[in-house]
Amino acid sequence: MQIEDVTVEKHDDFGGGYRLLVLRAPGIASESVPGQFVHIRVPGLYESDLRRPFSIYHAGNDQVRLLYKAVGTGTNAMLKVAVGDTLSVIGPLGRGFPTDHGDTFPLFIAGGYGVAPLSFLAQVMPCKGVAFLGAGTASDIFCVEDFERAGWEVKVATEDGSMGSKGLVTGVLDDFVEGYGDPTGGSDKAALEYYGCGPGGMLKAVGDRALAQGCQGWLSLDRHMGCGVGACLACVQKVRNADGDVSWARGCREGPVFDAREVVWGDNE
Amino acid sequence: MSDATTQPDMSVNIGGLIMKNPVTVASGTFGYGPEYAELVDLNQLGAMVVKGIMPDAWEGNKTPRLIHTDGGLINAIGLPGPGVEGFIETYMPFLRQHDVPVIVNIWGRSLEEYGDVAERLSDVEGVHALELNISCPNIKKGGNQFGTDATMTADLISLVRSRTKLPIIPKLAPNVSDIKLFARVCEGCGSDAISMINSMPAMAIDIETRRPILANKVGGLTGPAVHAIAVKLIWEAASVIKIPIIGMGGIMNGDDAIEMMIAGASAVAVGTANFIDPSTPVRVIQDIQDYLIRHNYSSAKDLVGSVVV
Repeated sequence: MQIEDVTVEKHDDFGGGYRLLVLRAPGIASESVPGQFVHIRVPGLYESDLRRPFSIYHAGNDQVRLLYKAVGTGTNAMLKVAVGDTLSVIGPLGRGFPTDHGDTFPLFIAGGYGVAPLSFLAQVMPCKGVAFLGAGTASDIFCVEDFERAGWEVKVATEDGSMGSKGLVTGVLDDFVEGYGDPTGGSDKAALEYYGCGPGGMLKAVGDRALAQGCQGWLSLDRHMGCGVGACLACVQKVRNADGDVSWARGCREGPVFDAREVVWGDNE
Repeated sequence: MSDATTQPDMSVNIGGLIMKNPVTVASGTFGYGPEYAELVDLNQLGAMVVKGIMPDAWEGNKTPRLIHTDGGLINAIGLPGPGVEGFIETYMPFLRQHDVPVIVNIWGRSLEEYGDVAERLSDVEGVHALELNISCPNIKKGGNQFGTDATMTADLISLVRSRTKLPIIPKLAPNVSDIKLFARVCEGCGSDAISMINSMPAMAIDIETRRPILANKVGGLTGPAVHAIAVKLIWEAASVIKIPIIGMGGIMNGDDAIEMMIAGASAVAVGTANFIDPSTPVRVIQDIQDYLIRHNYSSAKDLVGSVVV
């Protein structure tokens, strides 16, 4: 973790209303792993406005890349950031996805721009798997080529049927798993391992499947953040440890990626 | 008066606690120390104030716990923490490695619990003072009625005073009709200093659902929105007591801190600003020093209560 004044190298349309922001951030880039995030002081907000967290889309070669869509005050202010501007960035923050997954067969399940960290993960994982990308409509499906270039199979589902199968991403996931046979690795196949990033309902559905099938699952939870470093205790998530004890974990420190077995759903609010 | 070659004396004495400079952090905004240690050198702070500690581990409130409002934050975190034994075991070894006095913010669900925590911490190496959160939302009497009732405030401070020799620093609530009364009560019952202000009770409602946004329904407002309130209350309190004041409330920069010292604060604490820019306390230290040099003050103490009225 470090605080770095970084230069904006690129700020372009990415399609579908999304933007790609490329930052020259050598210190943060060298430490980042998929699933971690950066905390940015967005210019043009009130002086007391909190930093905004952004999941890391890619990091390497002294650069940190972010994908975002202007949906609120912070991201709308981000639109005004220009190439050459300097931003104050804290990162990398949080616990990312594990990359030492052993001999399992990885399944990535992404909802909307939850695809960003999973694209990063696909680049650094030593083995290939299947990426399931879901969204409401075709314009919210992107990064397909990232996975294909990395040698991954991609399956798409949209709720309106404008791209891939019509329906939820869990539909194409279930079809695949059914055809796979024994998800725990019988019949000479590797055991499945789930990696999810997207809306809460999708993550719960993925986590439920991993647990029901006796497979490992990793879920990146989006908790509303304050400080981003573990001090303010705003972004907490209920978790259950191996002994069954339930406690709060910090989304920004112990998360945002949690073991599916740990997550206690529905008792945070 | 200083000349160009002498640096002003930045040290201050807060009820027997010597701070090498007048800048600390507000309880709850800097964790227990390790959270910001990779970004900020804790040794540069005048003191480190940790998040509130009570006898037992405490879960805190459900989420949402924190929301943004124009000019500040409203929080209802609910004082989650590891309990006094957990704190001593987990965090004191880390804090003892640093050259910074540690002020432990304490709270309880009853008078006795305040006393128990105070006594337990009294013999712990590296604990230099206790800040008493007398306006916490989680105690038996309910609401922050506790810190807004002068009789109960007196009972609490007297009890804690009898259980510890450490400097005690009650933290005053802003939502009282006569802050001078509370300042006098604190001094009269043996406090070594006071800190002020705690967050201002506040609320925000989602107009689409018509539900309060915070899970706790109400919370405490902090940040620039409360700064001017803090300055006024510190000025009033300083006019009636001799014990020092640690001032806090929306300090975002050196100017805010200097203003608070001129109003009567001997030291200041940066709170909400830490979340936005963790280097704020260090920047404020430098700004105060520059101000003292620019105005030919030889000591930070000369600034305290120097308001011209």
